[in-house]
Amino acid sequence: MLEISDLVTAYGPVKALDGVSMTVPAGKITAVLGANGAGKTSLLRTVSGLVRSRSGQVRLEGRDITRAPVEEMVRLGMAHVPEGRGVIAELTVEENLRLGGLFRKDKDAVAQIEHTYELFPALGERRKRAAHTLSGGERQQLVVGRALLARPKVLLLDEPSLGLAPMVVNQIFGLVRDLVDRTGLAVLLVEQNAKSALSIADTGIVLSLGKVVATDDAKVLAADEQLRHAYLGF
Amino acid sequence: MEKFLNITLSGLTVGFIYAAFALCLVLIFRATRLINFGQGAQAMFTTYIALELINRGASYWIGLLAALVSGFVIGGLVERFVVRPVETGPEINAVIVTLGVFIFFVALAAVVFGNTFESFPSAFSLTGLQVGGLDLALTRNELYNIAAVLIALVLLTLLFQFTSLGLRMRAAAFGQEVARLLGVRVGQMLTLGWALAGLFGSLAGILIAGGTLVSPNYMDGVVVFGFVAAVLGGLDSFIGAVVGGLVLGLTNSYVSGYAGQELITLGALAILIVVLLLKPGGLFASSVARRV
Ligand SMILES: Nc1ncnc2c1ncn2[C@@H]1O[C@H](COP(=O)(O)OP(=O)(O)OP(=O)(O)O)[C@@H](O)[C@H]1O
Ligand SMILES: [Mg+2]
Repeated sequence: MLEISDLVTAYGPVKALDGVSMTVPAGKITAVLGANGAGKTSLLRTVSGLVRSRSGQVRLEGRDITRAPVEEMVRLGMAHVPEGRGVIAELTVEENLRLGGLFRKDKDAVAQIEHTYELFPALGERRKRAAHTLSGGERQQLVVGRALLARPKVLLLDEPSLGLAPMVVNQIFGLVRDLVDRTGLAVLLVEQNAKSALSIADTGIVLSLGKVVATDDAKVLAADEQLRHAYLGF
Repeated sequence: MEKFLNITLSGLTVGFIYAAFALCLVLIFRATRLINFGQGAQAMFTTYIALELINRGASYWIGLLAALVSGFVIGGLVERFVVRPVETGPEINAVIVTLGVFIFFVALAAVVFGNTFESFPSAFSLTGLQVGGLDLALTRNELYNIAAVLIALVLLTLLFQFTSLGLRMRAAAFGQEVARLLGVRVGQMLTLGWALAGLFGSLAGILIAGGTLVSPNYMDGVVVFGFVAAVLGGLDSFIGAVVGGLVLGLTNSYVSGYAGQELITLGALAILIVVLLLKPGGLFASSVARRV
């Protein structure tokens, strides 16, 4: 579904990505793990076009999207939930959700929003409230729900577990897993929280200083004690 | 009593015009965190366009329409071709560029229309209304000014709160990056925001000019008071701009009515200081939430 090859991204002299390649297949969750500053956020931001790569290629369903404008990505089938949640605090919950399906031409966006409320009842109860009144968990539900309203083929998630209670993390991860299995969505999940991420992912990729240092089946990675100690901290 | 009533009425009238002008500063500040110092000069220029048409025999309303349309177009052009290219640089560059816009339009107006005072017609009669036995300072033209600002305000609110375009504009203003990820064409929204600001500025410009004299500098005072009104309201709230405009209009009117014309600026400064001391973000700062 999503193919990343030899991606190099730099901020001035600092190389955040130093030749990263990976494939993110449909119907699977691919988890990218690594410590602070490993380049996880840079990877997602480069893939969605928020940051421009020095070299390398990103292909979505075989189509080269490396230079596509950010605004186009969602139309091409890519949704990116940025680090730090990305709710628009001044807008209401409902307005945030409406933005999710805005570019879609079909008319069932309203029904889809109702469906999101069924998935996350807490959002339904607060639909007319400004998004900054939500708790951290509710905000995460809001941004994931909003991203799904675009009906993406590829979903990029940047540290969805950050600062959330384990129960909320499990709920959101469970939901994503279920969706991936049912719809064939491809998920590229970036996490420092390697343990939870590997528990739902199919494949794990370990990033260190902008380079891929390991790629393997999630279960194998989780069992690899040496690697866990060296890079994953558990 | 009659004096108090009249002073209040004229304060409200002026206040609505300050509000209109504050609104266009707020429109731009919300979206780009910039003060457009060229706003008043753009409005002045479009008032001259209207005056030129009226002098050649067009009606006031055609003139108004021409000013609004040209204000809209100029606003959009300024964003797209003057501000956008320096947007990625240091913020001060963009501020200086808007000062350049100010100088450009003042100079252009002086060259094209002449650096003299010309009288601008009013839409309606300038004689005070009589209600019961009272001679009011309020004229038909002032009622029209208030109504025009109110109508524009209602339309703007409808656009922003109830249309998908308005939602996209707000998203672009409050969460640029997220909006882009959701497919909002942020660049277009910014251009549109500046265009709408241009339109509002031109409305304020024409209303102020009605029944008075215009010169290339006639907007300068309004710019200052509009800016103060916008700051009073918190710089990024529409309601704040309107309330700020009315508060300032009333303050100015009371000060000049009871204390003396020459104290107006001091009064405005005083109210600004008091409000900012009590509420440093302004009366209606809406984006405090984002800094959490
Ligand atoms: N905007 C930026 N300007 C300059 N350097 C940056 C910028 N963003 C990231 N970096 C640098 O690039 C490297 C990778 O950062 P990145 O944010 O991608 O890491 P990360 O794996 O997401 O870390 P974290 O787990 O803390 O979120 C770091 O060395 C960081 O300091
Ligand atoms: Mg990160």
